[in-house]
Amino acid sequence: MRVEASVVTRRLVSRTAPSDRSYRRRVAACVAPMLLLAPLAGCNEGVLDPRGPVGAAEKLILLNSLGVMLAIVIPTIVATLGVAWWFRASNTRAHYRPDWEYSGRIEMIVWSIPIMVVLLLGGISWVGSHDLDPPKPLESTIKPITVEVVSLDWKWLFIYPDQGVASVNKLVVPAGTPITFKLTSASVWNSFFVPQLGTQIYTMAGMTTRLNLMADKPGIYAGLSAHFSGDGFSDMRFNVDALTPALFASWVAQTKRQGPMLDAAGYGALAQQSKAVRPFGYRAVAPGLFDMIVAQKAAPSGAPTSGYPTAQVSPRSPNAQGK
Amino acid sequence: MLGKLTLAAIPFDEPIPLATSVVLIVVIGSLLTWITVKGYWAYLYREWFTSVDHKRIGVMYCLLALVMLLRGFADALMMRSQQAMAIAGAPGYLPPEHYDQIFSAHGTIMIFFTAMPFVIGLMNFVLPLQLGVRDVAFPTLNSVSFWLTASGVLLINVSLVIGEFARTGWLAYPPLSELKYSPGVGVDYYLWSLQIAGVGTLLSGINLVTTILKMRAPGMTLTRMPVFCWTSLASNLLIVAAFPILTATFAMLSLDRYLGFHFFTDDAGGNSMMYMNLIWAWGHPEVYILILPSFGIFSEVISTFSGKPLFGYRSMIAATMAICVLSFLVWLHHFFTMGAGADVNAFFGITTMIIAVPTGVKVFNWLFTMYGGRVRFTVPIWWSLSFMVTFVIGGMTGVLLAVPPADFVLHNSLFLVAHFHNVIIGGVLFGVFAGYTYWFPKAFGFTLHEGWGKAAVFCWTLGFYLAFMPLYVLGLMGATRRMQHIDDPSWTPMLYVAMVGALVIAAGILCLVIQLVVSIRDRDNRRDLTGDPWDGRSLEWATPSPPPVFNFAVMPNVEGEEAYWGIKRTAIEQQRLADEPQYEAIEMPHNSPTGVITAFFASVMGFAMIWHIWWMVILGALGAFATFVWFAWRDEDEYEIPAEEVARIDRERRRVRTEVLLPSLSRPA
Repeated sequence: MRVEASVVTRRLVSRTAPSDRSYRRRVAACVAPMLLLAPLAGCNEGVLDPRGPVGAAEKLILLNSLGVMLAIVIPTIVATLGVAWWFRASNTRAHYRPDWEYSGRIEMIVWSIPIMVVLLLGGISWVGSHDLDPPKPLESTIKPITVEVVSLDWKWLFIYPDQGVASVNKLVVPAGTPITFKLTSASVWNSFFVPQLGTQIYTMAGMTTRLNLMADKPGIYAGLSAHFSGDGFSDMRFNVDALTPALFASWVAQTKRQGPMLDAAGYGALAQQSKAVRPFGYRAVAPGLFDMIVAQKAAPSGAPTSGYPTAQVSPRSPNAQGK
Repeated sequence: MLGKLTLAAIPFDEPIPLATSVVLIVVIGSLLTWITVKGYWAYLYREWFTSVDHKRIGVMYCLLALVMLLRGFADALMMRSQQAMAIAGAPGYLPPEHYDQIFSAHGTIMIFFTAMPFVIGLMNFVLPLQLGVRDVAFPTLNSVSFWLTASGVLLINVSLVIGEFARTGWLAYPPLSELKYSPGVGVDYYLWSLQIAGVGTLLSGINLVTTILKMRAPGMTLTRMPVFCWTSLASNLLIVAAFPILTATFAMLSLDRYLGFHFFTDDAGGNSMMYMNLIWAWGHPEVYILILPSFGIFSEVISTFSGKPLFGYRSMIAATMAICVLSFLVWLHHFFTMGAGADVNAFFGITTMIIAVPTGVKVFNWLFTMYGGRVRFTVPIWWSLSFMVTFVIGGMTGVLLAVPPADFVLHNSLFLVAHFHNVIIGGVLFGVFAGYTYWFPKAFGFTLHEGWGKAAVFCWTLGFYLAFMPLYVLGLMGATRRMQHIDDPSWTPMLYVAMVGALVIAAGILCLVIQLVVSIRDRDNRRDLTGDPWDGRSLEWATPSPPPVFNFAVMPNVEGEEAYWGIKRTAIEQQRLADEPQYEAIEMPHNSPTGVITAFFASVMGFAMIWHIWWMVILGALGAFATFVWFAWRDEDEYEIPAEEVARIDRERRRVRTEVLLPSLSRPA
């Protein structure tokens, strides 16, 4: 399994070439029609209200792609209804051509239209996939900070290896600073997702995935797990507190003064199944804990039961509910 | 003696499953009592359960699908109401361990036991008739296929009463579905009901591929087949290629769960990412297994009711086969967020978009089929129009999700949920409903009520938009799928609208039920005496409604595309039917209980595997095998319909045809 993990890690780390052209500038020339999305303009959260460069670029791609397709889809819908209505059996003015079944010219057009759309969108996809590849570092003059993310049943653990602190179900980051995430899972799969910051990525046991995000401005952004992980899944939500760098530093200092210590025993307790855990901080973290979790050498994660299953383990039986 | 099975498996302490179980048992019990009192058992056994007639089996498939639609939809209503109630701290009425079972069961039932049987049922019924042959290639195997599917249905419904269903989502991703995280019997119910039904589907695929490739009427070359036959061919080729992957994947997961293997465990050398790849290597073709026959139905319906041949027939075949091949090259778009790297993601994003090309071509070709036609606004054409409008929206959001950076923010969100319901309801379901209305008179000899049918189209269409457009919006607002409760109160209005939409769809289902009841009640006034109620163009309309057991007294001689249209035209031009043929005796396969008995033992075996009752597993396996040996040892498998009987039935058909075709030159020809 470790071999597996290192392969994944190496592959994800290897793409580092930063591009100095901003994606936003390149596609800014395209103006996307926002017809369908107009009612959403007022929303103050979600992927249409991005608060970081990754989310903003993704929103632009989303709208551009939608615009390109709507240019075909809307006329097609109108034409479908129009043709059906005009050629209704009762319309004596419509010209009935009972044997008209082929036209090379029309065939060429109907094959060309979708091909051209796909050429356009394929280009957007290729460029976008490379520019916004999750492990690719963000352009910034500010040195990124690293956060190690562990999904547990059913809460999030965020470890700040450079600061030596950790937090559960609360992610505190300095605004305007790129954040490099290393992610893994202590149990089943989850997906780490902050809609307003952009890209989500899976967390998987025994493997590390990488993600780079940044919050432009201070604020509180909702985060969640976007991959179903069991009974406590709905409560795997957390807030991202983007603070000014000064406030972030004082948060670190404050966290260091209080709270429990995340060592092997502390982690073992945390790894047991629990739901809707209130956010809290750890004043210190055992070094290398994240790597131990990835290598599956830390305390085993909790599970509904251990040993051979019996009917008693059914969720409908009382002793399974006390977890 | 009974493995893990104890009384604790029955949910005495939980009111909702208990009440559902009681209602279910009462309904089924009274149905069985009614059949017994009326003395219908012998008739049902003789004419239906043991029938190897492709038409009867097709009808039973569709009936099974309609019943399971009700079950799956009940789950949908519970999900929608739970999410509409459990907002901002309210608990709702379904605890997570129950809610998780409901969404898993909803997905599993709707795909495997509603959409699949409906599509396979229609193919079963229509294909031999359109190809101008008397049955499928392997009639008894066909019955086995159906009953194995029914066996899967039985097991998944038993899980409601005894034990639990999977709490893992409809694809049971490990490691969540591994023994460590799902120690109950839920995943085992999932695995065994789908394994058994999956074998049935695979056999059915083999059967229909063979039928299409080897058993066509004289003159029916491949490029003269109706487009529905082509899309069915593509769909069944996909079944044959993809279902073994599903069987193998589930077998590996079963080995993990039963014998402590580590295929997908994320430790001891296992790798859960492999499951994701394998399940979608089946799963994406599966989507096209469902939608391609629907495309075929729309092609038939639009052409018939426009009074024109299908526009660009060869182009449609090319598009169908292109989709068939491409569907195996796109599976990775289901997990762009796994971290595969930019090149891989971009490659699969682009292959996915390429599928949109042949699909787009199809939409345009349907459009040009109507162009220059005389479109009769019947219920099937309403389904088709609703489909064309709805499906292009679903296709568009699908291509949007195929753009990896867009998928990074929309993956697993309610936007995705809205997308696939958009294509499955708006595509597959509207298609099978169109086909159901279109071919119903062929199967039963009377037409379905138009008014209730149009009401159903209206309710389903409106209900679909009300239920799923809000989910698109919620997905963009950052709502993910499978939430048992919702923390964000700003999502409330959209969730309420979606709930209302689900109720409107419920009204649509009610309209379908009323339509069926009213049509059966008024059947004497709704008889289709002509055998050709829609002025059809392919060979099924050359037979009486319902067709005799042998379909065609003599094999029709096909001389071009749109075989029956050609026959009709010739008859009208020459003012006479073709000469009466020399009737000969016809040999038809005997009814056989093989399917029912095999499926009975398969159910016993599946149930015993789920509960670890090993002696019963052996009993079930031996029973199924013995049935197969007993069938293989048969020495007489056909009976003869005498030539006079054939002649009598066909002369009646010719008399009706003469009445319909020749004096009525006013009909559009």
